[in-house]
Amino acid sequence: MMKIELRFYATLVKYAEKNEIPQFSFVEIEEGATIASLLNKFNILEKHVHIAMVNGRSVESNQGLQDGDRVALFPPVGGG
Amino acid sequence: MSKIVRVNLTKKEVKLEDVPKKYDGLGGRGFTSTVVAAEVNPLCNPLGKENKLVIAPGLLGGTNCPNSGRVSFGAKSPLTGGIKESNVGGTLGVRLAKLQIEGIIIEGKAKDGESYVLFVNKDGATLKPSNELKNDLVYNAVEKLRAKYGEKVAVACIGPAGEAKMAAANISVTDIDGVPTRQAGRGGLGAVMGSKGIKAIVVDGTDAPGVNIKDKDSFNKAAKIFADTLKKDSISGEGLPLYGTAILINILNEAGALPTKNFSSGRFEEANNIGGETMREIILKRKGNPTHPCSPGCIINCSNVYKLEDGTEITGGFEYESIWALGANCGIGDLDIIARLNRLCDDIGLDTIEMGDTIGVAMEAGIVSFGDGEGAINLLKEAEKGSPLGKIVGSGCTCLGKVYGIERVPQVKGQGMPAYDPRATKGTGVTYATSPMGADHTAGYVIAMEIAGCGGKVDPLDPKGKAELSKAFQVATAATDCTGLCLFVAFATLTDERANPAVVDMLNAMYGLELTGDDVTKLGKKVLRTERDFNKRAGFTKAHDRLPLFMTKEKLPPHNTVFDVSNEDLDSVHED
Ligand code: SF4
Repeated sequence: MMKIELRFYATLVKYAEKNEIPQFSFVEIEEGATIASLLNKFNILEKHVHIAMVNGRSVESNQGLQDGDRVALFPPVGGG
Repeated sequence: MSKIVRVNLTKKEVKLEDVPKKYDGLGGRGFTSTVVAAEVNPLCNPLGKENKLVIAPGLLGGTNCPNSGRVSFGAKSPLTGGIKESNVGGTLGVRLAKLQIEGIIIEGKAKDGESYVLFVNKDGATLKPSNELKNDLVYNAVEKLRAKYGEKVAVACIGPAGEAKMAAANISVTDIDGVPTRQAGRGGLGAVMGSKGIKAIVVDGTDAPGVNIKDKDSFNKAAKIFADTLKKDSISGEGLPLYGTAILINILNEAGALPTKNFSSGRFEEANNIGGETMREIILKRKGNPTHPCSPGCIINCSNVYKLEDGTEITGGFEYESIWALGANCGIGDLDIIARLNRLCDDIGLDTIEMGDTIGVAMEAGIVSFGDGEGAINLLKEAEKGSPLGKIVGSGCTCLGKVYGIERVPQVKGQGMPAYDPRATKGTGVTYATSPMGADHTAGYVIAMEIAGCGGKVDPLDPKGKAELSKAFQVATAATDCTGLCLFVAFATLTDERANPAVVDMLNAMYGLELTGDDVTKLGKKVLRTERDFNKRAGFTKAHDRLPLFMTKEKLPPHNTVFDVSNEDLDSVHED
């Protein structure tokens, strides 16, 4: 198992609530997990996640995860 | 028939003029920049009688096209020494457009100590002495003006900073509730207004003739399509109304591009305390308003009304740039303190972005420490008093950095940087470096792609291709700024292929033209060329199209990157 930091933002905070975990928390996932499998594990609809960042870089859903990664999930956001 | 109001403060003369051919059909930034380039000596002192303050609604202003109420202010900037356009929402643009006023040109200079209100209505314009408003804070002055001229007037007003001709002074404009929450912030245009001897412009739209539209049916059809694209877009239709622009705090923080403690890091440990999500919760709890249109006809509603714990309505239009500037950049993680700072800036009449940069540099200089909210409040109060330190603060970050011998000063052409660190958003860095306006994010908002992933995703850390991208955004923005459209329509125009043609269709239906999308791009290029040419005549060279050297050497955590777009790439932005 690996430990990653999972951070939900804006409307996606509802997924933290559904999973009964805090908005920001450390979670355990399988070795070899990807963003897609992470979303699946927490029942997060992929179409609701417009941007997934790993350690501050925007990634695609097939991105593999490493122990200690910081993962942030966003719906469409913008402003200026 | 549209007209120009020309006001000469030296002669105390107001004239209504027909619009000469060379100024016709420009609108907004196209109008202000063309007039400034044609009529202002580029070598003049920005606070002298040779400078002119030009005000113009956009080409679609006053129509039922959604989000078309912006108004542009232009002049030679006392902050940068170059040409400046700063646009703002609120009610002023719509009122002017409905009075069929294509532009106001304020020239000359009143005698020291004189103060006037320029009153505009359907019969024309008059200058009224206004000594009773001298040194009034903006909110007080606006209250007095609305009591005198009526609740429904639109007001543009400067504060004590503008009257004292501080280089970071802004111009406040009233929103749909008559509250001066909207600011033409950048470049010190409030000081130009103050130098003329104008405290406020009051526009009464009673019995205004309204705008002429040649082909109303086609116009309405296109306006409806355009409204649909704004509503359907997930950012302008959902994200912005829900959280406001402060939704950006957390994503910029995650991306490591949120300038923190005077641009020394890209992450702020207290970011979530000042982000849009937290702000929404606080506003709802205190019964403020999280979703507010600043301008008539706005259907995006990114604005808000923010209350303190005791219910005092402290500020409105509390937005990302201001919260970042007065928050993260000063190490302040408390929204109530940031709201008080925001109100002070709006009341004294100082640009929030420039003040955030300036207080950040002041903190670096040790005048107060990072995170010291009360210390920051005191610095602004010094500016209100006009003490020597206060005047330095009110002159912006470049000035304060020089006075205190600080090397890390985040500026281009003397104007402080907005809320995106260019080392971690390199396309935006190109815009800062090469815009004729100085460091300005709105001039070419590459963030839409670099961070929001809107209209395609690009890697913000990669320097390749960023000059081209910034150029495309700068051209498109210059054109948008002529129409009076709020920049936040860009999320739809970048993603919905119906949006841009709808804008072109509205312009054609309104003016009886046969423009294509290419013509609109050409208009954007022409505006940029005009501005660039003014700056060249004012003494600007390629050396001014650079970021401060420290940003090419000092690594920004957490990505530990420097700004590495080549000088050749930067110079390519203005080729052709
Ligand atoms: S989207 Fe925001 S800035 Fe634009 S007009 Fe509406 S409230 Fe004003």
